[in-house]
Amino acid sequence: MYQTTYHRPSSVTEAASLLASAEDVKLLAGGQTLIPTMKQRLAAPANLIDLGKIAELKGITVSGGTVTIGAGTTHAEVNTSADVKAAIPALAKLAGGIGDPHVRHLGTIGGSVANNDPAADYPSAVLGLGATVVTTKREIPADDFFAGMFTTALDEDEIIVRFVFPVPEKAAYAKFANPASRYAMAGVFVAVTGGTVRVAVTGAGSDGVFRWADAEAALAGTMTPAALDGLTADASAMLSDIHGDAAYRANLVKVMAKRAVAALG
Amino acid sequence: MATISLTVNGKAVSATVEDRTLLVQYLRETLGLTGTHVGCDTSQCGACVVHVDGKAVKACTMLAAQADGTTVLTIEGLATGDQLHPVQAAFREHHGLQCGFCTPGMIMAAVDMINRHGGPLDEATIRHELEGNICRCTGYHNIVKAIEAASAEMAGLRQAAE
Repeated sequence: MYQTTYHRPSSVTEAASLLASAEDVKLLAGGQTLIPTMKQRLAAPANLIDLGKIAELKGITVSGGTVTIGAGTTHAEVNTSADVKAAIPALAKLAGGIGDPHVRHLGTIGGSVANNDPAADYPSAVLGLGATVVTTKREIPADDFFAGMFTTALDEDEIIVRFVFPVPEKAAYAKFANPASRYAMAGVFVAVTGGTVRVAVTGAGSDGVFRWADAEAALAGTMTPAALDGLTADASAMLSDIHGDAAYRANLVKVMAKRAVAALG
Repeated sequence: MATISLTVNGKAVSATVEDRTLLVQYLRETLGLTGTHVGCDTSQCGACVVHVDGKAVKACTMLAAQADGTTVLTIEGLATGDQLHPVQAAFREHHGLQCGFCTPGMIMAAVDMINRHGGPLDEATIRHELEGNICRCTGYHNIVKAIEAASAEMAGLRQAAE
């Protein structure tokens, strides 16, 4: 790892002003992607701003049909939260399938979503549930947040503070994990919220997380796995690499979507 | 440079370290606690697992500066004097190691999973919980047996104490 200067603000306000004034800076959330990336010298920010000790970024609250999760809340906390398990069990389950127990103790929802790795799990939940991303500057609807692989609507000087998830009638997540890395090769989040069906796909798309409109339309008619039988996910929009080619991933998307629908109960 | 103060295996320590120093480097190179191993160095193998504020983390994927103000437990701090921790004893009893390189991380991960779940653990839970720890010798069977036995023993001890 190259030299870097570590900063540890104790409030969001302090973090935002550091971010605005420092040059060549990265925000450090749980560090489970950023630190390995820095060790490989694929990233070498001159300044690191550690968000890990900011109390106002942590915590989970449920009220009025929404679940609000602080950006600094770890995967382990979301996975084991009685509130999340009761309101959106699919979200708790998704968090428990990220990485491994040690990674889940440090990795955060804010870090995962801000990074928008095409194989990350959380972006599919944020998009599938139609969550709102609350930042230091504004509120961004999930549909406007994800802007392609490793790219989001976030400005350089903007920090995610929390996520507001509407509680769905039902939701489920099905993932086919790479046998070695456990990253999603295709992960499909299906949710019915306020009578509207949303299907969000991660791990497979060559442009990161996306909504599968054909599946949403088919499921709006009949919410059964068989409703997807006649569909084919567009292989030309899929990732193709040594782990699986585009046609393989397109098929996986359909299979995972059917499994998620079956799991809706 | 970062000035850090933390508690390691019950002892208060402080040091001035480069900002880029990893927790595992600080433990091994500054404190000489070489029981925590560096295997893959890419956050996958789990040989470097230690507990920070009671939670298992990969010490190769955390900066020493992030550990400022925390309480760290490494494999060296697990036994009580000459008496092995029940998980250490179970790994010996059930031959849960061959070369031993992954063992410190395996044991710290095992203690963490037993603490979190309470009660005796079944094989499926143990195997799922070991997702972040890689062993190249044993084929895992005896590691799983050791953790199964230790979890049952620790649950019994807890019950006896109540």
